[in-house]
Amino acid sequence: MPVPHKTGTVKSKQGSSQIPPNTVKPLPAKLAKPAGKKKDDDDGTEMGDGTEEWMQGKTLIKPPDQLELTEAELKEEFTRILTANNPHAPQNIVRYSFKERAYKPISSVDQLAVHFLLDGNMLHKDSDEARRQRAKQGVQEEITTIESATAEAEEEKAETPAGGEEIGESEEGGSGERADSAEITNKKEQKLTNQFNFSDRASQTLNNPLRERGSQTEPPPRANFLATASQWDIYDAYVEELQKQEKNKEKQKAAPTKKEEEKNKKKLMVTETQSDDISKVGKVAKIIERMVNQNTFDDIAQDFKYFEDASDEFREQEGTLLPLWKFQYDKAKRLAVTALCWNQTYKDFFAVGHGSYDFTKQGRGMLLFYTLKNSTFPEYIFPTHSGVMCLDIHQGCPYLVAVGFYDGCVAVYNLKEEGEQPTYRSTAKTGKHTDPVWQVKWQKDDMDNNHNFFSVSSDGRVVSWTLVKNELVYTDIIKLSGEGAVMDGPEGLQLQTMACGTSFDFHKQIDYLFLVGTEEGKIHKCSKAYSSQFLETYDAHNMAVDAVRWNHFHPKVFISCSSDWTVKIWDHTINTPMFTFDLNSAVGDVAWSPYSSTVFAAVTTDGKVHVFDLSINKYEAICEQPVVAKKKTKLTHIEFNPVHPIIIVGDDRGYVTSLKLSPNLRKKPKEKKGQEAPKGPEVEIAKMEKLLSLLREPDNSGKN
Amino acid sequence: QAEVEETLKRIQSHKGVIGTIVVNAEGIPIRTTLDNSTTVQYAGLLHQLTMKARSTVRDIDPQNDLTFLRVRSKKHEIMVAPDKEYLLIVIQNPSE
Repeated sequence: MPVPHKTGTVKSKQGSSQIPPNTVKPLPAKLAKPAGKKKDDDDGTEMGDGTEEWMQGKTLIKPPDQLELTEAELKEEFTRILTANNPHAPQNIVRYSFKERAYKPISSVDQLAVHFLLDGNMLHKDSDEARRQRAKQGVQEEITTIESATAEAEEEKAETPAGGEEIGESEEGGSGERADSAEITNKKEQKLTNQFNFSDRASQTLNNPLRERGSQTEPPPRANFLATASQWDIYDAYVEELQKQEKNKEKQKAAPTKKEEEKNKKKLMVTETQSDDISKVGKVAKIIERMVNQNTFDDIAQDFKYFEDASDEFREQEGTLLPLWKFQYDKAKRLAVTALCWNQTYKDFFAVGHGSYDFTKQGRGMLLFYTLKNSTFPEYIFPTHSGVMCLDIHQGCPYLVAVGFYDGCVAVYNLKEEGEQPTYRSTAKTGKHTDPVWQVKWQKDDMDNNHNFFSVSSDGRVVSWTLVKNELVYTDIIKLSGEGAVMDGPEGLQLQTMACGTSFDFHKQIDYLFLVGTEEGKIHKCSKAYSSQFLETYDAHNMAVDAVRWNHFHPKVFISCSSDWTVKIWDHTINTPMFTFDLNSAVGDVAWSPYSSTVFAAVTTDGKVHVFDLSINKYEAICEQPVVAKKKTKLTHIEFNPVHPIIIVGDDRGYVTSLKLSPNLRKKPKEKKGQEAPKGPEVEIAKMEKLLSLLREPDNSGKN
Repeated sequence: QAEVEETLKRIQSHKGVIGTIVVNAEGIPIRTTLDNSTTVQYAGLLHQLTMKARSTVRDIDPQNDLTFLRVRSKKHEIMVAPDKEYLLIVIQNPSE
């Protein structure tokens, strides 16, 4: 706030506070001033009550260097005009303008000058606040003011015992002082007042008492685990992980092929069945059973492996058969062995077909699979409704077995699949034979890699069966026309127009060439390509041809046997047999040995096994041995093991006997003077060829 | 399952077979044809022996595994066939 300068009064007030001695003030000044002073007091002090009395004797003290002025001079008036301009304010302030990038003078200058600033703390005495304060402290205040007034009065009396004027003056000063003290008290009071109506209040709330609650749970189960991670532990963990990954991959494969699905199902089934406690030991139980058997039949196992009949050396030309294991199964006891077949992959494994050759006693049959490692119990058992007449195990897939039944059905069993039913089965709709199926034989896979096999039956058809997905698809390869049916054999009566096939065999090298033996005793050389015509017909036997087989080595030679007691060896290019052997009993089966081109074995119904080696004896068997316990037992079939020097023979009582060939029966060609023993199929062919050539010449000479 | 049951029966009926014991992974017999104390003894000891034999085989070649263990003694032959989880123990007197 701009305050008009009343220098004079201010000065006097200031001066009055200090008491300069011996200064006389001119009256007019003295008179003029007190009035102003009074006004000042009224304005300046809030509490004018007690102080006004003391204002009376007020003297002005003149400073010594004050200019002496005459009355007239004093009365002279000087006119001063107050302007709002601040004379000290600078006129040339410049500021940097960032907009114009230059210093610019500032037009407006602050004219405000503050010389003194004091925050007022006065109250009007009639105001509410003042009254309240007075009500609060009024009594005390009066006492203090009186006290202070008397105290100061005494003081001044002691100090200045001068004239009345001076006393007045001092009084004046004292009043000034007293005003000050009043001010102080005021200030003190002000401290008590609360300017901002602010209250600070603290209180303490009730604290919740602390509580503690504890409970003990059942301690978690603990176990000490201690292990050393061995190399195989780590390996197992990795294998497991790999399997998991593979499984995931398999899952990700959206559409697995049907075969895979089937396989998966199979696996699932296997795992399901294994989930039972005891069934988990199924696999090891089999091992144990084999081992127990090995222990029990230890001597036989030793014989199988190591026994060589020492007496052979002295017999020179003859050999013997050593009986090894006997295979039998209670449920197949009364069923004749109608078929035998070794597995080419697992050389200790063979299949046995059970049925009956007596057509008045037909009924159920059985398909059994044995291994040499367990002679007491078959590995696989498949009971069948009709008698099994023939079977063949696939070369490439040792788990596929083709079976022909007495009722004309053919079926394929898959050993990998669970259950007793065949995987494939021919029905009346799908070209099933109308008469017993006498032989089945797997063929090479066809163009589409489908497995296929041939079958021959007494209904005169040779049929090719192809395994397509879930079906057996049939194709008639040849129908045996009845030109030979004029024969009035005991079994030839059934069919007059159709020849009845009883056996066949496929040439080892020439794919299309095969032989069919018939019930009438004829053997037809056929080709898969011509369905109406035979390439050749051999007038072989007087009764049904029970078996016909190509030689394993020599491509031209085959053998046949018949119920007319004879075994004949043929060169397929020649119409007449090369050899004829009379065995004095109906011959059930004949088989070439897999190790020599000149060795073959035949079984007869009088229970004998005949083994021939043409290179040793062209006229007689080198071994003729009854192998059955009871005399009436008829031998029905014989098979050479593909590697071991043993044969299995089946009889009509359901027994299968394994026999070991003594060294003489599997003689290798004699070594000639330090030369290495010749080996291989060529040698075998040559050996046979030599025999044949010997025969051909006399034959030719005989004709001539 | 019946098949396994039958196999075990056949094994037991074999001549010379003294007893069959099926032992689980912990070495606890779960099926036996012998009396209690003999079974426990055989099961405990043979389980240890088999585990040792197995770890020997597998330490030599982790891809290999033990399939069969036979212990020929003066009196018997003890045959142990370890499966993934079970042991099948058969005690046989081969000279009988």
